[in-house]
Amino acid sequence: MFEAILFMLGLGAACGLILSVASKIFYVYEDPRIAKVENLLAGANCGGCGYAGCSAAADAIVTEDAPASTCILIGAENVVAIAGIMGTEAGGAEAARSYNNCQGGNRATDRFIYDGASRCSALALLYGGKRDCEIGCLGLGDCVRSCKFDAIRIGNNGYPVVDKDKCVGCGACEQACPKNILEVRTMSQRLLHMNEHDDALAPCRQTCPAQIDIPRYIAQIREGEYESAVDTIRERNPLLLACGRVCPHPCEDYCRRGLGDEPVSINQLKRFVADLEMNSGKRLPISRAPKTGKRVAVIGGGPAGLSCAYFLRRVGHSVNIFEAMPKLGGMIRYGIPEYRLPKAVLDWEIEGILNLGIKYHTNVRMGVDFNLGSLVGAGFDAVFFGIGAWNDFSLKIPGEDIEGCFTGIDFLARVGNHTPVKLGRRAAVIGGGNTAIDCARTLVRLGCEQVILVYRRTRKEMPANEVEIVAAEHEGIDFVFLASPKRVLGDEKNEVGGLEYLKMELGEPDASGRRRPVPLEGSETVLDVDMIITAVGQSPDMTFRKEGTRLDELDITRWSTFNVNPETCQTNVEYIFAAGDAATGPSLVVSAIGGGPPVPSICS
Amino acid sequence: METAVGMAMAVIFVLVMAGCITWIVDHFILMPYDLEFLQTIAFILVIAALVQFVEMFLKKSIPALYAGLGIFLPLITTNCAVMGVCLINMKEGYPFLTTLVASFAYAAGFGLALILFAGVRERIIIGRVPKPLQDTSIGLVTAGMLAMAFMAFQGMV
Repeated sequence: MFEAILFMLGLGAACGLILSVASKIFYVYEDPRIAKVENLLAGANCGGCGYAGCSAAADAIVTEDAPASTCILIGAENVVAIAGIMGTEAGGAEAARSYNNCQGGNRATDRFIYDGASRCSALALLYGGKRDCEIGCLGLGDCVRSCKFDAIRIGNNGYPVVDKDKCVGCGACEQACPKNILEVRTMSQRLLHMNEHDDALAPCRQTCPAQIDIPRYIAQIREGEYESAVDTIRERNPLLLACGRVCPHPCEDYCRRGLGDEPVSINQLKRFVADLEMNSGKRLPISRAPKTGKRVAVIGGGPAGLSCAYFLRRVGHSVNIFEAMPKLGGMIRYGIPEYRLPKAVLDWEIEGILNLGIKYHTNVRMGVDFNLGSLVGAGFDAVFFGIGAWNDFSLKIPGEDIEGCFTGIDFLARVGNHTPVKLGRRAAVIGGGNTAIDCARTLVRLGCEQVILVYRRTRKEMPANEVEIVAAEHEGIDFVFLASPKRVLGDEKNEVGGLEYLKMELGEPDASGRRRPVPLEGSETVLDVDMIITAVGQSPDMTFRKEGTRLDELDITRWSTFNVNPETCQTNVEYIFAAGDAATGPSLVVSAIGGGPPVPSICS
Repeated sequence: METAVGMAMAVIFVLVMAGCITWIVDHFILMPYDLEFLQTIAFILVIAALVQFVEMFLKKSIPALYAGLGIFLPLITTNCAVMGVCLINMKEGYPFLTTLVASFAYAAGFGLALILFAGVRERIIIGRVPKPLQDTSIGLVTAGMLAMAFMAFQGMV
């Protein structure tokens, strides 16, 4: 007995001694962070992360092959701790979720009868699958089998449906799918992904300046999942109520359905779900990434500024909006009249964006109340200019400064701001764009007896939206085409007494492809009006740029807009960004919104 | 299939090493002092220490092999087959060289079964298995058939 105990003790001591000596001799330097990270992992060696055991996962995290959130079992606290060890942003602590890209499923017809192994991987090898749709789901459920958490099932329509509550974002389904239908992304990754040339996109989605995932939200509406549809739209467009009302929906022009009968009413569907949310009285929650600690100043609270602030906030930056006007909304508040977008609706929508935790300051103007220096001094990491295009072009004709002459945006802003405007009985609106039509239709609503729209080309060349022109015609607005204003005639009280114009005829097409109007000599005609509004285009107001400052170095185009990289919205000054009308020149609301998402990616 | 080959290699490696060491321990320490009843517990200790030692040695000297064997090396410590082979060797009273060959043969046999079964599983995955037999059931059925096939080797030697 004694011998046995002695022997075991001896053997144990010998083994321990050999191992300790060996660990000295065979010591290999290992990054001390690996051990620290491994301690924070679950230690279950479950393999859910895709690595062979927890130590392999820790190794991958330390070599930065894997993000801090690799382990699917640990909570957010440990992920933050790991991110701390690695010195990376805790922003990586955001939970990833799987979602599918195909809403086709059984809608696609079959090209051949397949009787082989019941696996997507096997079917994909045979001419890319049996369905006519080459990019869509094969429907045999490799993803369902790959999911260890029972979070995926093949739905009634033959494509996978993900249970968001059960999904842990392990990425197994993404690897299993031979068709890249399933993607495991965090919310920020989805927000920051812009359309790419090799993405398979429907024509409408390619056309939308805001890159909204149109087929997805239409499918969700069809399924009755209205709340998901709102979320889908919100991934690209925070102003869905406004866009649902005023967007000229370029997407519908490219709708394939339009080749057969009529295009899908994409914008009306958006308006429908947006209104449904508003009328339900409660706001759907908008998910946000953890804070990154970066601060961004957004100058201009219009569609571009609001959209940019919204996306910056959602990916975790803190945002301050600086607005020169008394209220947020910019051109959609002051440029778009009440009858097209009720202010109550706009207020509700803006409130929802601000509820994300966005601070704002109104009645402060860049270059007057603050400047770039004070923003940099206040510790902002980046500055975004969404200042719009508020400077009306003038006609450069004599008599333009006579009382009774207005400019388009100035007039609309005054009406929008409830500032009294001295109205005439008979008014002429000069210009053929949307601003001109808005002015004319507003005048009708304010009680003008006769409103005449003066345009130097013909109706066919008018840049305004067709719907708006038709509405203007219905409202009894008169059109004078092929007329170039020559001078404003004053009456005895030095108020507007008439507008003299030259008749024109169309000549050769110019650079924009529109036929250039040529004046007819000696055709001066006088229009009897007592109020004139010129709405012949706008440009951004760049007066805040002072000589010798950083802003003076900014690259400005000859249309007085910011010269930006269209993919990143970055100007030639590294920390200054611009989008919306300030970068593109006067354009659609939805284009300004589309300028929002690229900014956070580069700010990060 | 690749992991099966990796595992088989690791088993062969560890079994041969363990066979040698346990034979030495048995013949030079346990037998002279009539302590054979301690075989089981002594071997557990020796094999565990051996695997740890080998792991450290490989990590320093042959990192490529270490990376190749990967997670399987420490896992084999807990493999009953290693223990069993060592005990059988002692029970049969093999001399040293026979122990070496027997350990290698046992490990190779285990590896063969492992690789065969990995191949079978790959076929099962893409095959259409009747619903009641899916997953574990078909695995057990196949294992049974494979075991019967192995009976053909009986009496060959």
